[in-house]
Amino acid sequence: MRTRRTFAVALCAIALTATAACGKDGTPGASNTSAGGSAAPALPTYTVKTDVKVDSAVLAEAKKRGQLLIGAKSDQPFLGWEDLASGDRSGFDIEIAKMVAADLGFTPQQIKWQTLVSSQREPAISKGQIDFYVGTYSINDERKKSVSFAGPYYVAGQDLLVKADNTTITGPDSLNGKNVCTATGSTSIKNIEKYSPKITQFDTYSACVEKLMSGEVDAVTTDDAILKGYASKYAPKLKVVGQPFTKENYGVGLNKDDKALRDAISDAIKAHQDNGDWKKAYDATLGLSGAVAPQPPALDRY
Amino acid sequence: MGFLFEDGNFALFRDGFLQTIELSALSALLALLLGTLLAAFRVSPVPVLRAFGTGWVTIFRNTPLTVLFFAVTFGLPPLGVHFSHLVFAVLALGSYTAAFVCEVLRSGINTVPIGQAEAARSLGLTFGQTLTQVVLPQAARTVLAPMSSVFIALPRNSAIAGAFSVSELYSAQQTFSERGYSIFAIFFWVACAYLVISATVALLFRFLESRLAVAR
Repeated sequence: MRTRRTFAVALCAIALTATAACGKDGTPGASNTSAGGSAAPALPTYTVKTDVKVDSAVLAEAKKRGQLLIGAKSDQPFLGWEDLASGDRSGFDIEIAKMVAADLGFTPQQIKWQTLVSSQREPAISKGQIDFYVGTYSINDERKKSVSFAGPYYVAGQDLLVKADNTTITGPDSLNGKNVCTATGSTSIKNIEKYSPKITQFDTYSACVEKLMSGEVDAVTTDDAILKGYASKYAPKLKVVGQPFTKENYGVGLNKDDKALRDAISDAIKAHQDNGDWKKAYDATLGLSGAVAPQPPALDRY
Repeated sequence: MGFLFEDGNFALFRDGFLQTIELSALSALLALLLGTLLAAFRVSPVPVLRAFGTGWVTIFRNTPLTVLFFAVTFGLPPLGVHFSHLVFAVLALGSYTAAFVCEVLRSGINTVPIGQAEAARSLGLTFGQTLTQVVLPQAARTVLAPMSSVFIALPRNSAIAGAFSVSELYSAQQTFSERGYSIFAIFFWVACAYLVISATVALLFRFLESRLAVAR
């Protein structure tokens, strides 16, 4: 009898934690990759170039190995996401990486993905653990001291994610006294503090989004690209306000001073922006949030 | 190493340090009270209370602390329980540590010869009086050493609260890392802060031991 009661209590606790952890439901990838009859925009396919000539030691090494090592994030839905069950990667950043890889002569099957969190990026690139990195990587002068950037391929800015029926939060100025959630210790806090909201911090954005869905916080703030990904995942329940108040240029990070590879990646981004692949990739990922595609940014070649 | 004294970083570090102390102190208090109560439950003659004590220890001692924090922070609000994040953290950390305190105290209770309890009961003391006036004082003295380990672990476990919206030392460390200071310097100062707290707790227990040790 005693053991049975203990067991029942244990089951309750497990049920409680299970409800808490169900934020991973409706994982992206499965629904939008197969465009079979659904109205969802299809992902573009890229023609793999043969006979690519780029004078880069990194690329020559990749050719010899037959594999391109690309660093990415794995926890941002519709941006840089890895489905842990199938190992499939999906999202806007992943599409950018695939179109660049195609122009460098690698099929999607020849890409070896490597998940790297923000603090590991510069060391991994300089040590040659990856050939290049695509994952919400903001171009700034501090980072340019240790790595080079191709692009930018996307201009992001800090924005607000709110419930779709929210009409009171229209921009940062309307945040006074509102409950705003973001990642622990992130730079987003400093930018939002001057609008005097109440700030809640969790380890992950998915925890913040969970609290937004349950109505305990009024808004989630970080780069709009990340927010659009969550809005897509939970469409049509959430929306991005669309009043970015900072500017972040996302670039492809690669080994410092590998000018040949940097130009080749910039050329690839430019080509796919011009032929419409960029917009198609956006529409099939972040565009699902309802936010229309912005103009692709002008490249910064240096 | 000098980054701590630039750009108002020290204020952030100090606030984190004080928050860690506040969280640890509140959790320790909850753990001590709840743990003692649970230990009393576990040795009580009432089967329901014994089962409750055993159940509590089984669940809370065997669940990772992070999972407990998740359960409290994300499981309670949908049930209509709304507290500040600090209170949630105290609940999670206190309930978890209480399970350990309970087991430590119970081991102490078992060292007190059964004859003492029998003697107390035959003199007409109730179960509560026997426990609080005869058995627990001796038990508590015996278990000071393992108890100090539990309470040294507590401030260090409190770092998990940083991931659940309590601005303590861990979240100060996250902020410093995000601002791009050297990882080594950040961890050096954070480790120092934890060392100060742990050393203070250890000293306190050493003092208690010297005053209260049982001569056998």
